[in-house]
Amino acid sequence: MALLARGELRSILQTQLPNVLDSRWDTQATDQVEAHGEGQTVLLDFDAVVKAEAIVEVAHFVRDTFGYDFLSNITAVDYLKQGLIELVYQFYNAAEGGPDLRVRVRIGRSPEECIVPSLTPTWPGADLQEREAYDMYGVVFPGHPNLARIYMWDEFKGFPMRKDFPKTGDKYTHVTGE
Amino acid sequence: MLKTEELQINIGPQHPSTHGVFRMLVTVDGETLVDLKPVFGYLHRNHEQLGEVNTYLQNMPFTDRLDYFNSMVNNHAYARTIETLAGVEVPERAQYIRVIMDELSRILNHATAMGFMLGDMGAWQTALLWGMREREKILDMFEYVSGARMMCNYCRFGGVVRDIDDWFITELKKLMQGLPHYFDDFEGLLLNSEILLARARNIGVLPKELALAYSVTGPVLRGSGVAYDIRKAEPYAVYDRFKFKVPVGTVGDVYDRFLVRIAEMRESYKILEQALEQLPDATGGFINPKVKQQSLKAPAGEAYARVESPKGELGFYVVSDGSGSAYRYKVRAPSFINLSALADMCKGYTIADVVVILGSIDIVMGEVDR
Repeated sequence: MALLARGELRSILQTQLPNVLDSRWDTQATDQVEAHGEGQTVLLDFDAVVKAEAIVEVAHFVRDTFGYDFLSNITAVDYLKQGLIELVYQFYNAAEGGPDLRVRVRIGRSPEECIVPSLTPTWPGADLQEREAYDMYGVVFPGHPNLARIYMWDEFKGFPMRKDFPKTGDKYTHVTGE
Repeated sequence: MLKTEELQINIGPQHPSTHGVFRMLVTVDGETLVDLKPVFGYLHRNHEQLGEVNTYLQNMPFTDRLDYFNSMVNNHAYARTIETLAGVEVPERAQYIRVIMDELSRILNHATAMGFMLGDMGAWQTALLWGMREREKILDMFEYVSGARMMCNYCRFGGVVRDIDDWFITELKKLMQGLPHYFDDFEGLLLNSEILLARARNIGVLPKELALAYSVTGPVLRGSGVAYDIRKAEPYAVYDRFKFKVPVGTVGDVYDRFLVRIAEMRESYKILEQALEQLPDATGGFINPKVKQQSLKAPAGEAYARVESPKGELGFYVVSDGSGSAYRYKVRAPSFINLSALADMCKGYTIADVVVILGSIDIVMGEVDR
């Protein structure tokens, strides 16, 4: 049980669980912030980017091996230019404190690709956060016991936090992705 | 045995004990609760999208409206995130001022939250009004420094908007003289009250392991016996310079959460005393003058900063694309995530207990629905 430095998880996964890393971002950890100018969206390659289907395995791995047992935050980010939706999972070590451990999953934006297995069976605290990611970004979590809209009403069409969702127009008349 | 039918009823959305517009769809067997589904969204205004449209500074007053009891803490968490993102340094005096405001917020939040919970139990008004009395004094202090009682909008990137002066410090010391008396009175009135013990002990039990799995934070987590406090686990501002304890419960019931909150108010008082003693003089300034507040641009990248808000871990996750407003702005709201444990805490207890358990989590809908 030890705290990991930022970027350390990637090299550990490369040796111990080589199949879980997403091959599109399996190069050495590089923080490429400097290369981007204003108005550019940035995909940071600093933390481990894992395959969507491996997230449950990785979450158990960091909990059982390093004591990161506290799943604090799940964030979805829409990178429209790159055509990706990124999910950022933040784990903490409840016994030792310290900064968070970030694990990322990058998936496509189409309904066929926008699927990540749910962590709710093991971390019930992920329940509402996954529902929020579904409601706002349209990420589907198979294995979630009650994947329904959480803030918007059930009949609502479209995912309002996506970058291509229309921001103007009357809320009663504009087309919402039907 | 006679078989009875289960019944589905709604508690809320308009119900005084839901502390806002919040609906619980409960299934009951007689008086006993079988299932509970929380229903959200009545106060939803897509705060996160507003955060993507606003410039960084414009968004500061919006954070006041998240947890409207503790706008000072919200400001602090948001300012810290943007400071991390843009690499802004904060003068020491500003750090101390922020700590003073945070700890005052913690006292006022716990005083009113416990008052509301006891009000829900039937200890009608006395406990709540005692809490409100202390809160009102603290709000006067907030009004003096920021111009507003509740929507303070006090922090800026690299400091705070206005310095505190001698009058403030004198008045704060006067206010603090009365606080231990209030803690003792509050404890003495209720701690051994038989009604409180009957209504709170072994009600809404959340065991340690389950509390961790549910990602709950703040007094709810500590009431379950996990000594996790961000001020100790990942110290921010100047919290590593103060001596204070992290109170924890043993069973994880409503009574433990109540005790933890009272103990935390006493610890906050200790921090306030030390902060006033160590407060640096005004030569270092209360704000970093190099920061262009209105046209602040953060380099492309991301940042997450969190503080120990009175309700739990309050964090902001901001992704920047190098422009003057956030590309993605996410709020990790403590009472929203603490609510995920509600159903498990309530199962097997009666309807009257549900109201008390909800009160013991201490939610505020401005933050839950965002």
